[in-house]
Amino acid sequence: MADYSWPEVASRRLIGKRIARLDGPAKVTGAARYTYDVHRPGMLYAKVLRCPHAHARVVKLDLSHVERMPGVKAVVVIQGEGSEIQWALDEVAAVAAVSEEQAADAVRAAAAAVRYEVLPHFVDDYQLDKAPSTKPGESQSVGDAAGELARSAVRLRRRYGLPRVAHNCLEAHGHICEWKDADHLATWSSSQAVSAAATQFGEGLGIPASNVEVHGEYMGGGFGSKFNIDSWGVVCAKLAKQAGAPVRLMLDRDAELTVAGDRPSAWADVELGALADGTLNAWISSSWGSGGLGSAGSPPIPYIFEVPNMRHRHTAVPTHTAASRAWRAPNHPQACLITMSALDDLADRLGMDPLQFFKKNLPLTGPRQRFFAEELAVADRLMDWSRRWRKRGSAQGSRGPERTGLGLSMHVWGGRGHASNCDVTVYPDGAVEARLSTQDIGTGTRTVVAIVLAETLGLPLAAVNVRIGDSQYPTSGASGGSTTVGGVSSATRRAAVDALALVLAKVAPQLGVSPDRLEAVDGQVRVKGEPSRALPWKRAAGALGVSPVTARGTNPGPGDLINSGSAGVQMAEVSVDLETGIVRMHKMVTVQECGLIVDLQTAESQVYGGMIMGISYALSEEKVLDPITGRMLNVDFDTYKLAGSGDVGELVVQMMTGPEYDRRGVVGLGEPPVVSPGAAIANAVANATGVRVPFLPLTPQRVLDALAAGPGGPAGAPASAARRS
Amino acid sequence: MAEDDGHDTSGFSRRDFLRTGAAAGALGTALLTGEAQHPSTAAPPVRHEAGVELVGPGAVPMSWRINGRQLQATLEPRVTLLDALRDHLELTGAKRVCDRGTCGACTVLVDGRTAYACSILAIEAQGLSIETVEGLGTPERLHPLQAAIVAHDGQQCGFCTPGFVMAAKGWLDRRGHPGGHSGGHPGDAGTAAAAGGAPTAAELHRALSGNFCRCGTYAGLRPALLAVAGAGKGA
Repeated sequence: MADYSWPEVASRRLIGKRIARLDGPAKVTGAARYTYDVHRPGMLYAKVLRCPHAHARVVKLDLSHVERMPGVKAVVVIQGEGSEIQWALDEVAAVAAVSEEQAADAVRAAAAAVRYEVLPHFVDDYQLDKAPSTKPGESQSVGDAAGELARSAVRLRRRYGLPRVAHNCLEAHGHICEWKDADHLATWSSSQAVSAAATQFGEGLGIPASNVEVHGEYMGGGFGSKFNIDSWGVVCAKLAKQAGAPVRLMLDRDAELTVAGDRPSAWADVELGALADGTLNAWISSSWGSGGLGSAGSPPIPYIFEVPNMRHRHTAVPTHTAASRAWRAPNHPQACLITMSALDDLADRLGMDPLQFFKKNLPLTGPRQRFFAEELAVADRLMDWSRRWRKRGSAQGSRGPERTGLGLSMHVWGGRGHASNCDVTVYPDGAVEARLSTQDIGTGTRTVVAIVLAETLGLPLAAVNVRIGDSQYPTSGASGGSTTVGGVSSATRRAAVDALALVLAKVAPQLGVSPDRLEAVDGQVRVKGEPSRALPWKRAAGALGVSPVTARGTNPGPGDLINSGSAGVQMAEVSVDLETGIVRMHKMVTVQECGLIVDLQTAESQVYGGMIMGISYALSEEKVLDPITGRMLNVDFDTYKLAGSGDVGELVVQMMTGPEYDRRGVVGLGEPPVVSPGAAIANAVANATGVRVPFLPLTPQRVLDALAAGPGGPAGAPASAARRS
Repeated sequence: MAEDDGHDTSGFSRRDFLRTGAAAGALGTALLTGEAQHPSTAAPPVRHEAGVELVGPGAVPMSWRINGRQLQATLEPRVTLLDALRDHLELTGAKRVCDRGTCGACTVLVDGRTAYACSILAIEAQGLSIETVEGLGTPERLHPLQAAIVAHDGQQCGFCTPGFVMAAKGWLDRRGHPGGHSGGHPGDAGTAAAAGGAPTAAELHRALSGNFCRCGTYAGLRPALLAVAGAGKGA
């Protein structure tokens, strides 16, 4: 069997180095064409008529006048008379018109002609006791939780939680659909799953999946919300068919925020206890949270720490809201915030520095404890934690009404590479190309494939071409759950090794040795140990004659190239203004391992991005749902506030590298760094102020409420803008 | 083409409105006329009513100076500069994200000053000098600012990136020319600490404060801007 293993560290020229993403120049100049940018000849523009009510029945829908409006070329009813609408801004009908303005006119006219019977709704997932129905989630029980809790030297009982947040992709969800003939469809789709999208279009339209080609060369963010073509994908194709012209259907921002992205909320009542020496001993919790009309899974509570005596159950609260979607590290940020806040509060009650408390209890984190121990030591140094940490509420550096505090948290993720295929072709002129229908969602996938390919063939990066983002290329998995880097890097490595073997077999006679004595290094094929006996790559490839060779690599496959399970720690330093309640980020440190790193620069960028996204949901993000109308109120960037450059403070990233990590193989990285920020920042706020702000986001109002309630005060309600009204 | 239909668009009758509206799409194709064409020849047909100049609501010919070239299209007066650029002039670098002047993804330079193209009507933008990201550099020949953003990985999915590039370009231009375009405009980040030198962290944040990124690329954008502003170190 061929040796597919990663090259030794000493011989690597590209893998693990800091390499700028290859599509950077296309993106920074505006040359990169996203779905939203594609303009097909004769393309029409679609707009969607959306139900303004959270729960309603369509009583009357007559769109005949809409069909006759200027520029209107197609009208599709999505939920006609008699349909029961289950969430606000769900689709009722769609139109395609010559101009987008005409399509908007048509939807306004349609909205005036539709009649609804408004039905009762429920959207306030925090109000468990008022929910019309609930669904039991996972439950777990280990040891004697109640008995050991009673025997614990130090105990604590508290409520924690965090609301729903939106994905808020900057490129809205959407597609361009163009029929090539009666049953062959081409689409441009903003997708995290280009291969799967072809199948989904086929199913939705009743045509063979093989008749569908999906293009997704560039996409403007997904974060877990773009695994499906969605109902509007099928609608877009139907409009295009009816009109006999290509149609663009991109969501407006209010729909993007309301229906196309939703991380489920999680609220929990937690009781926990420790022995006098700080050993975590007992945990009892019940959690609940939103899940759209279905269920969104159960947060893994308690997080990371396998408490010897524990009991937990989760309850899903169905609401009249669009289905929740996987949001970067599904269920982990929720479990992390709830668990790490409770542990931090318990450490405070024990009179312990939380760093010492976490270290003491590392044995409860299982096989990853060694990584955590190393990472905590590095983070301690980068934050200067041990020297600067002060007991809660007695922080140093107070300036006027401002108090400074430190907080920490830890996280895990799986991230094993998904199923993927890659074809590597070597042409007789020396050209090299990798083809796989994966997608680069901003993570650097294109660059990773090129690095592995060029490294394996001993070529410079500029000498290889990478073609991705087309469903007609070899199938590859969806980009979610940090599974892409492992899937594509291993498939590419196997394909490249085998393609090289085909070239070496042809060129070996010219160099007068057997193929196994040849290697591809520095743009040459040469005899191992005799660098003077070499052919430039182009001449070596010329041995192929007139036919290119192609090798297919797959994941899973032979050789031990990837792994699962990453561990990371984060520390946050904040200041809180006790008079205004404003939380300001000073500094955040992430120490993260992810096995063998393919591109250090884009890996670091993933971590920076996770920290910033985490700061954003920790400080300001919340889907504010109006209990009276059932609608989301903050459906634009003015009121759904993302963190800006000035909100994030100093960011420090340290990736763990070295033989011990290297040997693990490639592990995905997208999810882990977004898990801990909520907890680390909330703990820093508690350290600064002396009181626990139990719910995210840490808005000035919530901080002031917590200060008013005092250190032992009740959690109260999350008190979003809507609930206060 | 558009010019021939000019007088038809001057009435508000429903019949004319329908006819012109239906024609708008067919006439939406932009014309690249080069340097020879003078803007005034493409001026929209104007009606006077109670002393007020009126155009539309049907499509009318418009003309802009964009990236040093004169471009034309026939559009309804309600079309934004952003949609004109993206859907009619094939300049898709500026992105539509919030479409209401908050996120900055559509940032362009108008007469040297950063502006949100989603918040300007295309018809208003006539006679102004418009610079989009396409006018800066190409993938093969990057502007130093663009090269720095690539080198520092100040982009991930890249959808917000052209907006950041143009916001940063406007900031750099103002820093270099303190007496120039800025003129004490309250939104100008560069006025206080202009004329070269290392920008402070606060100035840098202000320079980037008109734009949002969802992937979280500020950590790469900051050092990129620092490098181009001639500093090199610091926050």
